[in-house]
Amino acid sequence: MQPVELPDKIYVGPVIDEGHSLGSVSDKVGGIVLKRKITLGWTLGLFISFGLLQGLAAGAIWLFVKGIGVWGVNIPDGWGFAIINFVWWIGIGHAGTLISAILLLLNQSWRNAINRFAEAMTLFAVMCAGMFPVLHTGRPWLAYWLFPYPNTMDLWPQVRSPLLWDVFAVSTYFTISAVFWYIGLVPDLATLRDTSKKPWQQKVYGMLAMGWRGSARHWQRYEKASLLLAGLATPLVLSVHTVVSFDFAVSIIPGWHTTIFPPYFVAGAIYSGFAMVLTLMIPVRQFYGLDDIITMRHLNNMAKVALATGMIVFYGYSMEAFFGYFSGDKFERFMMWNRMTGPYAIFYWCLILCNILIPQSLWSKKVRTSPFILWLVSIVINIGMWLERFVIVVTSLHRDFLPSSWGYYAPTFWDWSVFVGTLGLFLTCIFLFVRVLPLITIFELRMLLPGAQVKEVPAHQ
Amino acid sequence: MSSHMETEHAVGQPLYGLMAEFETPGQLVAAARRTREAGFRKFDAYSPLPLHELDDAMDLHDNRVSKFTFCGGLFGAVAGFSLCCWCATAFPLDIGGRPLISVPMYIPITFELTILIGGLTAAISMLLMNGLPHPYHPVFNVERFANASRNKFFLCIEAEDPKFDRQATLTFLESLGPEGVSEVQP
Repeated sequence: MQPVELPDKIYVGPVIDEGHSLGSVSDKVGGIVLKRKITLGWTLGLFISFGLLQGLAAGAIWLFVKGIGVWGVNIPDGWGFAIINFVWWIGIGHAGTLISAILLLLNQSWRNAINRFAEAMTLFAVMCAGMFPVLHTGRPWLAYWLFPYPNTMDLWPQVRSPLLWDVFAVSTYFTISAVFWYIGLVPDLATLRDTSKKPWQQKVYGMLAMGWRGSARHWQRYEKASLLLAGLATPLVLSVHTVVSFDFAVSIIPGWHTTIFPPYFVAGAIYSGFAMVLTLMIPVRQFYGLDDIITMRHLNNMAKVALATGMIVFYGYSMEAFFGYFSGDKFERFMMWNRMTGPYAIFYWCLILCNILIPQSLWSKKVRTSPFILWLVSIVINIGMWLERFVIVVTSLHRDFLPSSWGYYAPTFWDWSVFVGTLGLFLTCIFLFVRVLPLITIFELRMLLPGAQVKEVPAHQ
Repeated sequence: MSSHMETEHAVGQPLYGLMAEFETPGQLVAAARRTREAGFRKFDAYSPLPLHELDDAMDLHDNRVSKFTFCGGLFGAVAGFSLCCWCATAFPLDIGGRPLISVPMYIPITFELTILIGGLTAAISMLLMNGLPHPYHPVFNVERFANASRNKFFLCIEAEDPKFDRQATLTFLESLGPEGVSEVQP
């Protein structure tokens, strides 16, 4: 790929620092897995994450024993934390697919350094997301009833319900993401197999690499399959959050029954996903000394994508408020007014602060290129996006049409326990991932290097 | 590294092929082109990254993955839509007299199954046509081949090729300006 000349005020650095060669990127990224000693920091991090994960175990067990009454959900607030966290986690996953598929189709070479990590994040986030609907059924051992299969009860799922669409969308999303991720890993696993000195590592990575040998005939089909997978994953990622938004939009609850939900949910998903990539990648880049591979250019670009999607989300909020008023429907108007001034107003205004006001700082190049400040902003966005889902789910449900059926929702200890537990699950997976698999796609990094450019010379000279 | 030749095995013993090692992708592409022009067909180039120029130099235009994927996607679409029709009629839910076969509501599941089966077909057909998993392969017998997944480029002419002749092919490979040529034991 040819370096693009950019004017000074835009240019923030190369996609990969000079001085790297085909061998050095392989050794650097592979070395994190093969050579690096287990450090105290990593052990401590894993330990804490695994500790948090016990919250999920305890929460799930208590839920099995007592039923979902241990959560704060009630009538009218039947959805509560389970759906808030489900949507939040699924949204986080979307950045991974965007980076790996959409940016591949758009030929954005800077994605090569971050796609593996972002895709891993997608998988782990979807795993966390999947916990919630399954636990929310109250009888998780019967969760397979969600799928259509011939059964002696002669029951079939309602295929006209968005909740069933969700089952198909999320399970397809997880499967395709996992396949795309694994296919991308194969050449790198071969690199690990070939550079490792330890027999057990050679065996494990060798089996996982399936005997990949970098044959040109293989690469040709491989590249074709990757492009096809990217082409299929692109509409898929847009469809997943669209279907998630249908869970809301197809109902007739004030504040949910709106056509802006699908695009606004997709933009929000990508927004939160990029924020999470930044939250994780800035420390990883720091601890593993990868700032020559994940350069300022990457941080800058990711911050810009976050800013752009954040502005779309801002447009979504504005339109929600405007149409609430403009519909002339008194329930819609009340819902909007209640959201801004009712018992949950504090969350709404915090959400505006976290998602709209603070991220405006990303207009400044200084903020985008200072890792620490950017990291803080990304955490604020993560919190903001969680608050957004809280506000959407709770404020619409708790006061609907009849004042006699109004209620109030507050999460219980066990809601928090399960939520924090999924954070633990996510971080545990991330900690293990960075030590057992190459966290950067090595073969795609090689493609960025000057040494990889083909300059044919007559061979017999 | 000087040109080297592993000759511990007697001439006449079966051989998988002869393998030349190159330093740069440009040399490999040029060598592959010349090998093809010289009339060899059973040969392969090995590189640590995809080189699109090789597709042209080696005349690789296998489009079957795309075709299989299209068929897989089509199958998924038909399967998804039929599944919806089946579920809705096997357990009919009459809601306000709405039609049981309500096409717009079937699109999400149809779409998801199109992607699911299409994507799985793309991955599986790629692996199958590449003959993977294939943990053992003769090229791994060459010690320096470990660098094929790191920073070196290899070209192997297989003994099965009708034009293959141990001595003549060796001379030919040497003429391509490699770092070295090795015999590949089967």
